[in-house]
Amino acid sequence: MINKIVSSPAEAVANIFDGAMIMIGGFGEAGSPIELIHALIDQGAKNLTVISNNTGSGHVGIASLIEHRRVAKMICSFPRTLNSTVFPELYNKGEVDLELVPQGTLAERIRAGGAGIPAFYTPSSVNTSLANGKELRDFDGITYVMEYGLKADFSLVKCEAADRYGNLIYNKTARNFGPVMCTAADQTLVQAKRIVELGDIDPECVVTPGIFVKKVVEVTNPSDESKLVAEERSYPWK
Amino acid sequence: MEIKETKVGWSRIEMAQKVALDIPDESYVNLGIGLPELVADHVPEGREVIYHTENGLLGMGPIPEESERDPELINAGKKNITAIKGGSFFHHADSFTMIRGKHIDICVLGAFQVSKDGDIANWSTGKPGAIPAVGGAMDLVAGVKRIFVITQHNTKDGKSKLVNECTYPLTGKGVVETIYTNLAIIDLKKEGLVVREMGPNVDFEYLQEHTEAPLIKS
Repeated sequence: MINKIVSSPAEAVANIFDGAMIMIGGFGEAGSPIELIHALIDQGAKNLTVISNNTGSGHVGIASLIEHRRVAKMICSFPRTLNSTVFPELYNKGEVDLELVPQGTLAERIRAGGAGIPAFYTPSSVNTSLANGKELRDFDGITYVMEYGLKADFSLVKCEAADRYGNLIYNKTARNFGPVMCTAADQTLVQAKRIVELGDIDPECVVTPGIFVKKVVEVTNPSDESKLVAEERSYPWK
Repeated sequence: MEIKETKVGWSRIEMAQKVALDIPDESYVNLGIGLPELVADHVPEGREVIYHTENGLLGMGPIPEESERDPELINAGKKNITAIKGGSFFHHADSFTMIRGKHIDICVLGAFQVSKDGDIANWSTGKPGAIPAVGGAMDLVAGVKRIFVITQHNTKDGKSKLVNECTYPLTGKGVVETIYTNLAIIDLKKEGLVVREMGPNVDFEYLQEHTEAPLIKS
């Protein structure tokens, strides 16, 4: 019997190893799998490369993972946002690397990685410093830059509802990077607000088909990151 | 002695109104963070414009009441928003398919500098020690059909934002169609920077004095 449901975030992240490449869903707090990230902090894997649009806020979620020196390198499009102090501080000290990628290129690199496409050409960043050293090629008189697909060992994703096959639906703009990240990792680990019965998600409405998902854990009341940041909480909880 | 100040140029709201007038009915529009967001409040009656926010929503609606705030419904500036009836959610690769694939009609952006050739710099001042962050800016200028810039004409220390060559790191080259400032509306055409309209109490000489790049009277 196929049953991808596991009983705790700790069980979901148990196999993550030192040096792993990890995609973490979310755009700001929307879609950030904060309970899985906290379980990963407890689990202890280090020297990670993290692919995520942002670098987290305050001292919870991704920001806390970075603060605990588990992240060697971030691949992201917007590392400084309101209330993100941890990454800028460590970056300026030279304690964490950064690969800056335009947001659409980041999404497409992940999509390509998941689709078995090793590289592609895009117009984004041509004639800018972010295209320096990259292969350029003209098609129909327009210059494009070559970018590589991205794959990961693990993806951590948050969704609204999942069934035991790993079929997923999302909530509003929390969908963001989730569906493409699910396709691009060896093992996609998902936290779902609700586990539902097979068939409860209309097959016409499944956003991520279960084939892309390895494990699902139910987290009924996920943390509201901006609330935690406003309350100046830090993980591990004091 | 009493000095009565004469109003020179347009207010932020008037600037946003000018941009909104140039957005045709039935357009799909992406608005940048900050001043561009004001444009949505000033679309003339009778026009239906659909707003795209690159984090994954077509049909962005107004800001909700605090009690209606949904942390999973935000815009590209990570502010809480609403979705209109008929809106749709999608993932990031689809969102940037709309952008890069030339499906979005107009993007309204802020800028640090725009050059006479339509180059735009709006992601980094290149300051040492600054954390580089680009977001979707480079994808938007590379992919959206028409790029409008809304910005103050001069920086706080009086420097022209309309320059001969951008000195800040570029976001894109030769992409800007029109720039809307507090002093004027300027179209970037083959023949150069053509002044289409000037704000109250602004004349051509005054405008040129406040602009590094050479301007052309329309």
